[in-house]
This record gives sequence, structure tokens and C-alpha cells, in this order.
Amino acid sequence: MTSSNQTAWGHAWGRLTGSARRGGDDAPAPFDRTLLLLVPGILMVVLLFVYPFAYGLVLSFTPAEGGPFKNYVEFFSQSRLWGTIFTTLWLALPSTILNIALAVPIAFKMRVPFAGQRLLTTALVVPITLGTVLVAEGLLTYLGPQGWFNRILMAGHLIAQPLQLTHNYWGVMLSLIITGFPFAFLLILSHVTGIDPSLGNAAASLGARPFAQFRHIYLPLLAPGLAMTFCLVFVQAFSVFPSAVLLGAPAGPTRVISIAAYEAAFESYDYSMASAIAMVMGAVQLIIIVAVLVARGRFYRGPASGGKA
Amino acid sequence: MARHDPSKAAASGGNFEALHLDRITRRFHNMVALNELSLTVRRGEFIALLGPSGCGKSTALNCLAGLMPLSGGRIMLDDRRIDTLPPERRGFGMVFQNYALFPHMSVRKNIGFGLMMRNVPEKEAARRVNETLDLVQLQAHADKLPGQLSGGQQQRVAIARAIVVNPPLILMDEPLSNLDAKLRLEMRHEIRRIHHEVQRSTIYVTHDQDEALSLADRIVVMQDGVVQQIGTPEQLYNAPANLNVARFMGYRNVIAFDACSPLDGRRMQVHRNGVTLNATLQGDVAGHRCTVAIRPDDLRIGDPENDPEGANSLDGRVIEVEYCGRDWLVDVDTAIGVLHARIPQAATPGQRIRLVLPADRVLAYPQGRDAAMAVAAE
Repeated sequence: MTSSNQTAWGHAWGRLTGSARRGGDDAPAPFDRTLLLLVPGILMVVLLFVYPFAYGLVLSFTPAEGGPFKNYVEFFSQSRLWGTIFTTLWLALPSTILNIALAVPIAFKMRVPFAGQRLLTTALVVPITLGTVLVAEGLLTYLGPQGWFNRILMAGHLIAQPLQLTHNYWGVMLSLIITGFPFAFLLILSHVTGIDPSLGNAAASLGARPFAQFRHIYLPLLAPGLAMTFCLVFVQAFSVFPSAVLLGAPAGPTRVISIAAYEAAFESYDYSMASAIAMVMGAVQLIIIVAVLVARGRFYRGPASGGKA
Repeated sequence: MARHDPSKAAASGGNFEALHLDRITRRFHNMVALNELSLTVRRGEFIALLGPSGCGKSTALNCLAGLMPLSGGRIMLDDRRIDTLPPERRGFGMVFQNYALFPHMSVRKNIGFGLMMRNVPEKEAARRVNETLDLVQLQAHADKLPGQLSGGQQQRVAIARAIVVNPPLILMDEPLSNLDAKLRLEMRHEIRRIHHEVQRSTIYVTHDQDEALSLADRIVVMQDGVVQQIGTPEQLYNAPANLNVARFMGYRNVIAFDACSPLDGRRMQVHRNGVTLNATLQGDVAGHRCTVAIRPDDLRIGDPENDPEGANSLDGRVIEVEYCGRDWLVDVDTAIGVLHARIPQAATPGQRIRLVLPADRVLAYPQGRDAAMAVAAE
């Protein structure tokens, strides 16, 4: 046995790589102590996710006064509360779809090496490292009435008055695109590069023009990846908070659901109501994701290569 | 616009008389991958591009298919220039090394894809797909996905998909290299049968001389991007133009000789270490030195008892024996070095035997760059 096998990690590694197969299935396996390595992970999940979630769930059904469903009844009877669902969807769905629509063609271009590819990839991915607050602050000045964006447009005589791009819907929308795009791009790039390029060549040799190649070959093979990307980018966009406050109009058009929860918790100090809003938020996300994954199940799922490679 | 329609391209190309490759060249940065390949393919002809990996044969095929632009030269289908067309407008069928079957489409849909792209009416498309399924004997698997098929079946789908559109030319890129030995033999036969049935010009890339010899009407041997010889399998097998071709055609014994003297015609004598052999000159003028190539199969066992002089023979000691079923491969240590011989009788290491070298099967190549390389390789 090598020295690395004397550590617990070594045992786990040994089980992951071939030595796990040695056991055979004739004798019932004794308790595998390497399973104990799961304990810290499970503990973290329980402490940081399961417990807070359960706590919040219970809290949402135990308002200070009224029956257990009081919070939910209140939420769905007041338009300034239930309306936030649609305000948020109206931001999250278009920005997610737009991000994917932008990322797909760029990812397709990026899958074959070319000069300056690394630089371009870096430039596209950098926003992911900035954080939403920084992006929102930056956009606030850049897109503001005195910002570079409006100044350039006005210097070019393209517009007479500065465009109102901050403190409204468009400001939040743009920040969601900037922070969501790198994420969508990286996820889609990994799916695109997994598609055997000879499939496109084969389709071309059979008479398929580039668009037909995309429609009949790449798109169906990419569909599962697009569905996963949609879910991940959507969840991020749906929980938008800093940019909706900083760049949007948090009192009106961009009063997203997380703002409603924030107000309940830290302005009305009604944690029970805030928990109920958070539960609704989770439920909406879950509904959208389940819908997308069900749709995904109708597509081909399997290897994206054309035979024995 | 009509000539941009792939269905029209295929329809007009279906009856071509000759495909001319005119000094086609492909460079990658400073490296020449394919250097001035010229070849005329006649209708119905089966051409094999043969050579080791990196010899430029796949490059040539990709250039023909339009997957790679030419750096020089042109490709003419009869009097129509096609090297400027993108692949989807050339209308050639292509069989890829990894088959490149569409993993999300059934066998039937894979085969019908080219017809769909050509807007063939549904009914006719279904009929042609069925005919092709019969041809490749895959009716039973028509509704499976490629992932559910064996390697040989996937191969058949790839071929069916390429031929169903009636392409003027079928391009095959090492289609058998992913199959095991037994299946490779079966599919080789199958490709020959399908070729006979559909009578389509085929260009077949391979590094396997047996495949090339058994399938092709003509073989193009390539090395380092340069054509070494173009000829029928018999021409290549019996009279390789140079040592590269000889080595590829299974002439395993390549021996440098110090001196050679012409006899009459192409007959000559070669000398090394006091050994003199009668040989046949290949190529052009004989120099002072030359390299000799002999196939293991052409060496015969002589009988030292009854033939003490032994015309064109060498005595040696067996050092290695390999049983091959029908015959034995033996390494024999002789005065001119170790010779590989394929003999019909068993031998044991250490045994002394006499090898007879038929003069017409001892091919002598004037010493040039090739020969210097041959010696260096030994």
C-alpha cells in the first residue's frame, strides 16, 4: 500500500479509482468507514440549508396574530405583494432568454481556436468576478444622464435628450444581462464544445447549410444544456436584489419579490411574513425549473458524438 | 441560383465523366500537408489513398469534401470548377472515420437526412431510405438510435446515409479503422459489394495496404504530402516505384548494397560483403550503389544437398520463428543481414537453412535519399 492510502482521503480515493471493484458481490460488505467522510458535508447542508429552510417554513405558518395561513392569504390578496412575482418574472425571464440567445452564437464562434480567443473569453467572463453591487454602481454612473453612454450618443447626434436608463426597468435589465451573461456563456460553451464537430461536417456534406446544421443537429443536441443553463441563470436573475434597489425604481417598476421580503423583515420586522414571501419566491422558482426540466425530458439525452471516437 | 441548389448539384453531378484534381495543395502555416496532388477519377472508379498517418491523405479528402480550403490548385467535376463551393453545395457523400452519425436521430432519420436537405418529397424519400436500408441490410434496426447499434451496424448506417442521395462521388475516411479485425474483413467485403451495386466513384482513405489492395481499382500512395505512385494494385504490389512504396507494400527486407553492375535490360547484379545477387532494376538509371527490397513471401527455401551451388541464394541461421497458421515467418541471419522470410514449413531457431531469392523479385533501387533513409532506419 502506498503512503497516501494511510490517510482517510487515500481510502476514499482508492474506492473511487479501481480498488473499489476488488470487493466483488459475494460477501456483504462490512461498514465502509470512508462513508464517514460524508458527515462534514451532510452537516453543512443540514445546518446551512435544511434547518434554515425548515425554520423559515414553520415561521411562515406562525404569524404573530391570525391563523397559520394568514401570511399567505395576505400575500395573495394584496396586489403590492403578489404583484412582485410578475414584476420579478418580467425582469428575470427576458434577461435569461436574452442572455442565452446572446451566449449561444458567441459560444459557437468560440469553440474553434482563433487569434485573440483567450483575450475575448477573459473579457466576456470578467463581469462574473465583479459582484452585483460593483456592476450596479458602475452602471449607475455609466448609464446615467451625464454618463459616457449618453454623452457618446449625444455627441454623435443620435439622441437629443439623454436616455433614461437608470432608476427604472432598463437599468436593472442591463445589470442582469451583464452579470448573467458570463454565467450563461461559460455553461453553454462547455456544452457546445462537447458536440462532435464532425457532426456538423457530416450534415454539411449531406447538403445542410449552416442554419440547417444548427437547427437539425446542434440545437437538438444542445437543448438539454440550454435547459440547465436556463434554470441556473433564471434562479440567479429571479433573486435579484442589489441592482433592483440601486439601479431600479424599488418603489415601483422594479419592486421585485426580494425587496418585498426585505421590507417585511427589516422595515416591518415581521419575520413571519418575510419567511412566507421567501417561500413563495422559492415556489415560483421551483415551478419554472420543473417546467423547464419536464420540457427537457422530451428532448434527446445522450452522448453528443457521432459514434465510436 | 440553380447551381447553388444541392439537389441540382447532385443531379448534374450524378453522371459525371471525370473528376480532375489539378495540382491541389494544402499548406498549414509553413508546413505543406498536401503537395500538388494531380489525379483524374473516372466514373465508377474506386480509388484508394494509401499512406502512413500524416502523409496528407486525409487532408486531400477533406479538401475534396470542401471541409478545408485549398491553398493551391483546383478541382474540376467535368468542366465545372467545384473547389470554391462549400461542402453542402458539392453534393458528395462522405463516410467519416468516427461515422459522425447524428446521435439524436433514428437510423431511418439519419439515412433520410440528406434527402430532407434536398427537399425530396416525403413519399419518395421514404422509398429511397427503405431501398438503402435493404442494401445495407439494416431494415431490422431502422428505428433504433445510433447508440444502440454495434460498430459494424453504425458503419453501415454511415455508408447508407452517404449513398442514399446518389452522390457523384463517395468519400470514405478510414471507415474501418474503428472495427475489430474480423469485422473489418466483413465490412471490407461489404463495401466492395455495395460499390459494385451502386457503381459510384469512391475515394477511400486508408493506411492499411490490404484494404487498399483488395478494394481499389487504383491506388495512390502518399508520403509527406507527396504522391509516391499511382497505379493498379498489381502494379504497386509487384513493382513499387520507390522504396517508400515498397515498404508500404510489404517489402520488409530492405538492404543497402555497396556496388551494382548492370547486366542486360533491367537485370543487374548487386554486391555486398562478398555476396552477389541477381536483381531487377526499378526506377531510372542505376547508380554505383543501390538498395534492394524483397518481400518475405518471395523468399523460398532452397535445398543445400541437391543444389550445392545455389543460384541467387543465401545460407543463414534461423534466429526467430513466428507461427502464422498457414505458414511460418522466420528471421534468418545471413551474410547481408537479417532477412524476414515467409516459408511453408516449420523451422526451429538455430537451424541452418538456404534462402532462394528469385531475381525478378529482388528489386533494386538506385541509391538516393530514400536509400540513405532506409539504411538509417535499420
